[in-house]
Amino acid sequence: MQRHHVVFAGLAMLAASAVAIARPAPAGGTVSGKVTYDGTPAKMKPIDMSKEPSCAKMYTTPQLAETVVTGSGNSLENVVVYISAGAPDDPAPSTAAVFTQKGCRYIPHILAFQVNQELKIQNEDQTSHNIHPLPKLNREWNKSQPPGTPPISEKYDKAEIFPVKCNVHPWMHGTFAVLKNSHYAVTGDGGGFSLANLPPGKYTITAYHESYGDQSQDVTIAGSETKTVNFVFKAKPY
Amino acid sequence: MLNIKKICLNVAVALILPTAVFAQQADQPPAKPSKHMESHIGNMTGHSEAGAQLYYRYCWGCHGARGNGDGENAPYLNILPRNFVAATFKCRSTPTGTLPLDSDLYNSIGRGFNFTNMPSWIALTAQNRADLVAFIKTFSARWVTEKPGDPIQIPTEPKLTVESIKHGGELFQKLECWKCHGQEGRGDGPSASTLTDSNDQPIRPYNFTSDNRSKCGRTNADLYKIFMTGLDGTPMPSFADVVKPEEAWDLVHYLRTLQYNNKSPELALWISTPEGKAIVEAKRVENTNTGSGVKP
Repeated sequence: MQRHHVVFAGLAMLAASAVAIARPAPAGGTVSGKVTYDGTPAKMKPIDMSKEPSCAKMYTTPQLAETVVTGSGNSLENVVVYISAGAPDDPAPSTAAVFTQKGCRYIPHILAFQVNQELKIQNEDQTSHNIHPLPKLNREWNKSQPPGTPPISEKYDKAEIFPVKCNVHPWMHGTFAVLKNSHYAVTGDGGGFSLANLPPGKYTITAYHESYGDQSQDVTIAGSETKTVNFVFKAKPY
Repeated sequence: MLNIKKICLNVAVALILPTAVFAQQADQPPAKPSKHMESHIGNMTGHSEAGAQLYYRYCWGCHGARGNGDGENAPYLNILPRNFVAATFKCRSTPTGTLPLDSDLYNSIGRGFNFTNMPSWIALTAQNRADLVAFIKTFSARWVTEKPGDPIQIPTEPKLTVESIKHGGELFQKLECWKCHGQEGRGDGPSASTLTDSNDQPIRPYNFTSDNRSKCGRTNADLYKIFMTGLDGTPMPSFADVVKPEEAWDLVHYLRTLQYNNKSPELALWISTPEGKAIVEAKRVENTNTGSGVKP
């Protein structure tokens, strides 16, 4: 009786240590780089908000569409850079990813968050919006959010990148990137990104842009080195 | 002997434990649709095997051999045939983003979809329609991995009053229904011309003056369900989070007064008041080509 309990305890400890080995402490390498474009990107069209006076009056100059946003030095903004293979799935963080509708725009234009992480959608406008994400793998829903109503709380249980739109205001168009692990970044002005805390291993780094599609590169991290990975997207003038 | 068995069991448990943890980390293969589904409508049970025979006789011309809405007639249809692989359905009694009840699909087949090319299949037997519902569920893995949503609760309809209609009118303004449906409910609001469905096809908002049949049924409870659940796959969102159930009936009463070619108790009460009569009279257009009284 005694003996096999000991055996069991020993095996259980072995199992526990196996799990610990499989999930090393976050420390290690970094992948960093820059996302740029080559060619002539399309000129962004001004948005006509005259059908929504409550938003139109918030701006003195016309707002531009955000399907391609470029920064200094040919940098490409609004690109999600993430690890598409090689990294284990991470549990969802307890903080919510916040998506704000303000001035009939989406802030941020592209929101990256993790599978099963809380997604909080809020309306700061004096008009009703409907939030209509268009996933293919996840559930498609469509909810109205009049001014002054509490934030909508949702989550997605499958990794997927998909558009989100407001049907009432057709110029409102954004992207949700639901990702499997916590190693991701969205580029801003300058196009730089950095994915830190990568344990040694081979990774596939993917960069996604809503107009120019996605690109992937493989990188191997050994120890606590920093590897540089750059992405160049071919810009189309139309 | 017993001890050895127990030890073996313990070893097995200890080995399975970490394996299970690893399995969770690895990519799980996507779930597959089930070839055998049932539907339950009242006392009836539908079987997908029987439904398949009917589907490949009556439905696949539009909905396609694989149920993804690409049948040979599909390119000629405005409002594309439903894609059963996506399993997104318009007419539900369940919240937005959830699977419908079997009875929702059953009713849709029997009713057909007004303003689309989907006819009513009431000529099939009830058992036939139940079998078709079962077969439709074999196209998407969602019917394996998910359960239909909990149907929304519809409180008993309160007594119809003028105040109820007026309050419904205020909601129509506050919720900005008019942005798409237009101030007079003619489906000509400022956003109407820009609307597209989830297939990126242009889609018109419902014109209340055209008919008394909305897409998901003609009763007051059907109207209630439409705006509380939303029509998934279309621009029509769910208002369940923003409209209180008691207010929702006021909106239903108001919407009925917009259907002014339909002799409803709501419209009768509304035009019995001087205010309502003036509003309805102002909307009426005489001598239209079609005689429908609908603005060209």
